Amino acid sequence: MVKDQEFLKSKASYCLDLAKKMGATDASVTVGHSISETVNFRNKSLEASDRSDGLALSIETYLGKKRSSISSSNLLDENIKTLIEKCFETTKITPEDEFNSLPDKNLLAKQISSLNLYDETRFENDKKIKYLKDLEESASSDEQIINTESSFTENKSNFILANSDGFCDGYKTSSFSTSCVTVAKDENSMERDYEFSSKRHLSDIKQATDLGNKAAKQTIRKLSPKKIESEKISLIFDKRISKGMLSAFASAISASSIARGTSFLKDKIDQQVFANSINVIDKPDIIKGMGSQNFDSEGVNSNTLQLIENGILKNYLVDTYNGKKLNLKSNGRSGGTTNLYFEKGNISYEDLMKKNSRSLYITETIGHGSNLVTGDYSVGATGFLVEDGEFKFPVNEITIAGNFKDMFKNIILANDLEFEYSVNSPTMMIEGMTVAGK
Amino acid sequence: MSNFFNKFDLTRQDADKIVSETLNNCDDGELYLEESKSESIMLDDNKIKSSNYSSDLGFGFRAISNEVVSYSYSNEISKDSLKNSSENLKSTLKSIKGTYNHEIPKSNKKFYEDINPIEQKTLDSKLEVLNKVNDFLRKKDGSVKQVTASFAGEHKSIEIIRSGGEALTDVRPLIRFNVSVMLEKNGRKETGVYGIGGRQSYDDYLKNDNWKNVCEEAFRIASVNLESKPAPAGEMKVVLGPGWPAILIHEAIGHGLEGDFNRKKTSAFHDLMGEKVASEGVTIVDDGTIDNRRGSLTIDDEGTPTERTVLIENGILKNFMQDRHNARLMNTKSTGSGRRENYRHIVLPRMRNTMMLSGNQTQDEMIKSVNKGIFAVSFGGGQVDITSGKFVFNCTEAYEINYGKIGSPIKGATLIGDGPSILKEVSMVGNDMMLDPGIGTCGKAGQGVPVGVAQPSILIDKMTVGGTKL
Repeated sequence: MVKDQEFLKSKASYCLDLAKKMGATDASVTVGHSISETVNFRNKSLEASDRSDGLALSIETYLGKKRSSISSSNLLDENIKTLIEKCFETTKITPEDEFNSLPDKNLLAKQISSLNLYDETRFENDKKIKYLKDLEESASSDEQIINTESSFTENKSNFILANSDGFCDGYKTSSFSTSCVTVAKDENSMERDYEFSSKRHLSDIKQATDLGNKAAKQTIRKLSPKKIESEKISLIFDKRISKGMLSAFASAISASSIARGTSFLKDKIDQQVFANSINVIDKPDIIKGMGSQNFDSEGVNSNTLQLIENGILKNYLVDTYNGKKLNLKSNGRSGGTTNLYFEKGNISYEDLMKKNSRSLYITETIGHGSNLVTGDYSVGATGFLVEDGEFKFPVNEITIAGNFKDMFKNIILANDLEFEYSVNSPTMMIEGMTVAGK
Repeated sequence: MSNFFNKFDLTRQDADKIVSETLNNCDDGELYLEESKSESIMLDDNKIKSSNYSSDLGFGFRAISNEVVSYSYSNEISKDSLKNSSENLKSTLKSIKGTYNHEIPKSNKKFYEDINPIEQKTLDSKLEVLNKVNDFLRKKDGSVKQVTASFAGEHKSIEIIRSGGEALTDVRPLIRFNVSVMLEKNGRKETGVYGIGGRQSYDDYLKNDNWKNVCEEAFRIASVNLESKPAPAGEMKVVLGPGWPAILIHEAIGHGLEGDFNRKKTSAFHDLMGEKVASEGVTIVDDGTIDNRRGSLTIDDEGTPTERTVLIENGILKNFMQDRHNARLMNTKSTGSGRRENYRHIVLPRMRNTMMLSGNQTQDEMIKSVNKGIFAVSFGGGQVDITSGKFVFNCTEAYEINYGKIGSPIKGATLIGDGPSILKEVSMVGNDMMLDPGIGTCGKAGQGVPVGVAQPSILIDKMTVGGTKL
């Protein structure tokens, strides 16, 4: 069983009391407990089981404007005492930083509404095994599939965040995640692809057979890929790739990159950064949302934020420290976005596919080719050549490149938005990017 | 050396008894105990942004029978906790019986000293170095707009207890010192990053004001990039500089030669043992035994002493990298490559220091032989799709080559290639093998472990460069 609120609260207040006693002017502490159980399958038989049971504690102590932090997995009172002593000693010799402080009291979350983020259902390992058997049975039904690997993880977590201004709250969350990776082979090639599902509640997880079928289908269609010539061509990004553009955008508008001056979106507030049909929203209170939260990692209340309105940048993601640097109030985004999404576009998926007589549909990218200082983007890619709205043949060993500044202004979104993950995007088209191939 | 017992109510005798009783009917497994202390101190934006210290303690209990691995970890090294884990392992393996393999090789060699780098340098003197870095760079040139400098240190103690009570221990120091600088000139911004590190004390790396060299190198990379032009797009010849660019070897070849992917036949290399996979003159080894290197280990995380494993010899595929589990199933021996990020994770076969050995040509000869191509000197990260064999890495410093001469610097571009065929495109191997500066972390299945790479300059006849200029 995951530790209850009372246990975590007692540890948290022990830490705060101790820090105060030693002379800290302020302190903040997070105590968490998490239990995960995973079952792994390969080629329709059990391959591994894994149980993890982890406690985590992190403390920040302040002496005026001086601050330092410690973290530990060892929650014995004696160890905590040694660590807080060490933390406070370090605080004393750390230079002052005028922006260091606990969050403004009036911004702290006051009312915690239930977002239904915890499902207490126990999905015993035997049931996970049954689910994975069904999944792999359907994933391996085609003889071109030569290897299947799948897993099911159940996680239950609980945490308490407390600070010396009296904030003390936390809540349980759960997640159920399953994934399937399949390998297909023909005389020319061997390819891999995947499908997964991750939900707060067990009953929302995709059907095992659907997941297996989809993984297999996505893998088989990649067989015997060709490399294409280098050219400028319009790109269509599958949903699982288009959401990555949102993540890159979110990193570029974090108050820390803005304050440090290391973002290509610095000083762009109230300016056009996306095509004017584009709206980007970060909504923390979606019921059962994978990214939902009642407050951020500092205890600050988080409300829905419109980040992009008709293509115009409206808000950064602000935490207390960097907010003070930028002279902005925290908007409860210490720790980043919550449930981030593009509002859906007004063209259907089919029409998007047919918009150009020839385009390249991207299903996977590899590499770390996003430079958020300059906006330059260059990654390896895999996908399909599309002609007249139809997949013609699979394509690999190519790269796609451009600059986010131009790419964002050329985005066209389909109307097929679904809320599956904590970051969600419809299918996306960007015209005028460079493909490097032969 | 940490004493893991009697912190809670568990004695060594209790642990031996539970381990032996749990693993008796299994093929392999062990109790892995770990205590680590780590620190990170960062200066950013003219201020000490963070100073964090953390301590971590826990165990991971593993039982293996046939192909099934059962694993359980906890932070509490107590009787109850270990018994719970034992029950958990037994319930997974209840219907599969094995015969425990007690054999584990022994060695007295050590590849680093038993030191605690965190305690060997005072916090004051670390802060002093960080402030000096900041002042030095900001005074150096008016274009410097941002400086980040950091220390990261770790002291990790492990103990492995096998069935029958055999215990193996290791103490592993690790440090890293990093500088990142952002320049702005004529409205353009570029960053340069450089770092050093390994398994010695901070001062071993920082003596003779070596921090200045780290600053100069980060500044130089950023300055070069300020002048960069859009990179070309398409297939062309690529000359790689020595040292860190060997992450190409790590991504393109290394991962594909890890035992697990080959046992499962999901690696593009699984049926190529004994075959020619590289040009003649190409020899690649994975070596865990180089003194004080970031990727070196006295014993791996299963207790096997590490070794120098020849992967490719003169173009021929010779060996895969193995942990005990995959070695047993493939009827071979562990190469001391069983590694894990920490006690929360299962062991996987991983790389240590992956190196392409020197040939006899010069970098100059390579550049002169290229009409149109690029010269890549420094890289960011890389990634590989094991199954299709396609891999990428990102240049952070590269130049055009025009008619045998190095031309303008080009913007960061991704290079993409095919692992099983790329080494056949190597047409020249340099005489200038160099180790990387000690900064690599390799990610696999969500676990990061410190690694090293090395190579001489090489000429690759055909690779796709992912620029924007057609």
